[in-house]
Amino acid sequence: MTTDLDAFRAETRTWLEANCPAEMCQPIRSEADVCWGGRNWTFQSDAQRSWLEAMAGRGWTVPDWPKDYGGGGLPAEEARVLKEEMQRIGARPPLTSFGISMLGPALLAFGTEEQKGHYLPQIARGEIRWCQGYSEPGAGSDLAGLQTKAEDKGDHWLVNGQKVWTSYADKADWIFCLVRTSTESKQGGISFLLFDMATPGVSTKPILLISGNSPFCETFLDDVKVPKDQIVGEVNKGWDVAKYLLGHEREMIAGMGLGAGGSSVTLGSVVKPADPLLRAEIAAFDVDALAFAAMSERFAAMWKAGEAHPASPSMMKYAGTELNKRRNELAVAAGGSEALEWDSERSGGGSAARNWLRSKGNSIEGGTSEIQLNIVAKHILRLPGA
Amino acid sequence: MGLLTDDQKMLQETAASFLAEEGSVGKQLRHWRDIGCKDGFGHGLWKQFAELGMTGICIPESHGGLGLGATEAALVLEEIGRNLTPSPFLATAVVGARAIAGTQHADRWFPGILTGETILALAVDEGSRHGPAQTALEAKRQGNGFVLNGCKQFVVQGASADMIVTAARTAGSLGEPEGITLFAVPRDAKGLEVENVALVDSSKAARLTFENVQLDADAVIGEVDGGWAPLKRALAAGNAGAAAELVGVASGASAMTLDYLRQRKQFGKLIGEFQALQHRAAHLYAEIEIARAAAFKAAQLLDAGDEQAELYASVAKAKSADVANFAVREGVQMHGGIGMTDEHDIGLYMKREAVLGELWGDVYYHREQVARLSGY
Repeated sequence: MTTDLDAFRAETRTWLEANCPAEMCQPIRSEADVCWGGRNWTFQSDAQRSWLEAMAGRGWTVPDWPKDYGGGGLPAEEARVLKEEMQRIGARPPLTSFGISMLGPALLAFGTEEQKGHYLPQIARGEIRWCQGYSEPGAGSDLAGLQTKAEDKGDHWLVNGQKVWTSYADKADWIFCLVRTSTESKQGGISFLLFDMATPGVSTKPILLISGNSPFCETFLDDVKVPKDQIVGEVNKGWDVAKYLLGHEREMIAGMGLGAGGSSVTLGSVVKPADPLLRAEIAAFDVDALAFAAMSERFAAMWKAGEAHPASPSMMKYAGTELNKRRNELAVAAGGSEALEWDSERSGGGSAARNWLRSKGNSIEGGTSEIQLNIVAKHILRLPGA
Repeated sequence: MGLLTDDQKMLQETAASFLAEEGSVGKQLRHWRDIGCKDGFGHGLWKQFAELGMTGICIPESHGGLGLGATEAALVLEEIGRNLTPSPFLATAVVGARAIAGTQHADRWFPGILTGETILALAVDEGSRHGPAQTALEAKRQGNGFVLNGCKQFVVQGASADMIVTAARTAGSLGEPEGITLFAVPRDAKGLEVENVALVDSSKAARLTFENVQLDADAVIGEVDGGWAPLKRALAAGNAGAAAELVGVASGASAMTLDYLRQRKQFGKLIGEFQALQHRAAHLYAEIEIARAAAFKAAQLLDAGDEQAELYASVAKAKSADVANFAVREGVQMHGGIGMTDEHDIGLYMKREAVLGELWGDVYYHREQVARLSGY
């Protein structure tokens, strides 16, 4: 067993060294270095293109998905070795997408054979960029209160309504979208639709955030015709798919608590606080961050082994995002007046200030901290009336 | 870092059922407290630990122990913490055993630990705050041996110990790690005065006064002037162990509080229905899970001989003491008036946390260690 895995490691190492361009082993400096793929994607460089093509060719953009759907078909321990070997040379992820992190796992669990065979390989090759249509102006924390309706018109669904906080809707090719197909029951009247953002009636408008960036949009849906077979799961059973997918989203967001530099880099070692009282607060933070890194590791192992409570991503999301907000507060405090500069070159275009402001959304998006605490109280602690 | 092995899970189950049954607050802590026991723990239970093999967890198989490590010790300590079981397990079987492992003292003391007859203690602190480098107790060469003069305090179970592992200064000056030597000091050594002090949680810690205590050269543990490295290893094991016990204290207090939230009615409702309390309980749950992961990781790194073990022992101790402190404060507050009574057990958790949190460095000491080890 061990020798097989060692052989896989050696082979993987050789292949990565031959195929990962040097430029793709540079640390990611900003959003611009991330490869999202999609119909309209402009590769930042030839290196970015060839790295994606090489990895997608082996199914290694999604190493643990089945080969039939464009994945690598790797067992868990080989997928781990691949990750370790990529980390060893500092290789960037060849592709980052909501298709990989959110829709894909939901399709694997709930999709029909035709849907899996059609959509998953496109996701694996980075051909289609997806966005998520969940929140609405009147349905934030109370997500199941959503009103965007899809009427059954015989050969198609007719969709009308408005979504908000749609990440990268202006750049996405397709959307996975929660719609109301029945008013008889709140959660039991929701369905999960997939459709092309180029369909007539779909329009988007970016939202300018306090951080000065616009990663989110408002998405307007006016008489959008969606083919009947583009529903995932059964009619009125979309909430099950949505909840499953939210678990994956929370896991991803929770990981942000680790901070940009990875688990072993303490904040204090980066900012070198001179003020003794600030240093004390940063040391307290670093204890919490290192302890959370241990939790993330343990959580990942337990999740894989099926030993984690199904509601535990809520706990991780809550703890990780609150930690990331604290990290940014302290980083700005340590930076003093320099951390308040908005567009100077010396401040990296105001990165400290912008990251700090952006981090405030971490405990709102994907379910607020308060909603996560409700979930923990109800499903894990089983408190009465929760 | 992986999950528990099947053997570890079995040990955890054994320790959990044994300590819930035999180590309960009523059978142990309250019993020994109320009869004014001079040890603060029961020797009978220590013998039962031995019969189950648990006193030999950290003793090598070549000496008749189980040859396991910090991870297995942590599993037992979490159950000790959950039940507030007064026990020499941490000071004797974890810290004491580790301090003398690999030396000639192991042959002398391991057999008694394995049978549950021997108690060991560690004497390191001389002031009211932990500071191993602040060791001032003087050990001067005299003839073939040493003569010791000075004081120690917060020596857990020191008055019950057969032998006290004592850090003394043979060279260097105050504040320096170099020049510290560990000695195996019999508790009945001539010139050693032992004051048995009762602490807030009804455990006992000794204050020691050394007045011309004469020891043979073979009382030295390891190398003369080379005590810092083994002392740090013993303290790292102690802090990882204390962290696990604190996680148990936090879990026990939190379980008791959650039960109360599910039973107590006010305004015609169970108080657990109030969101103000639900969110606090859920936050506490997350914190305890994180503390447990940190304690577990510290133990695993110690067992692997990883260079980050010292860092994580401090992370684990600081985090678990912080979280356990939070758990007992929330526990007493959410219990309302009944939580202020001696009759209710929740207050006992608060007292135990205070002592364990202080032992071998409080939250502030370990945060400082984390900062220093991280290079700031």
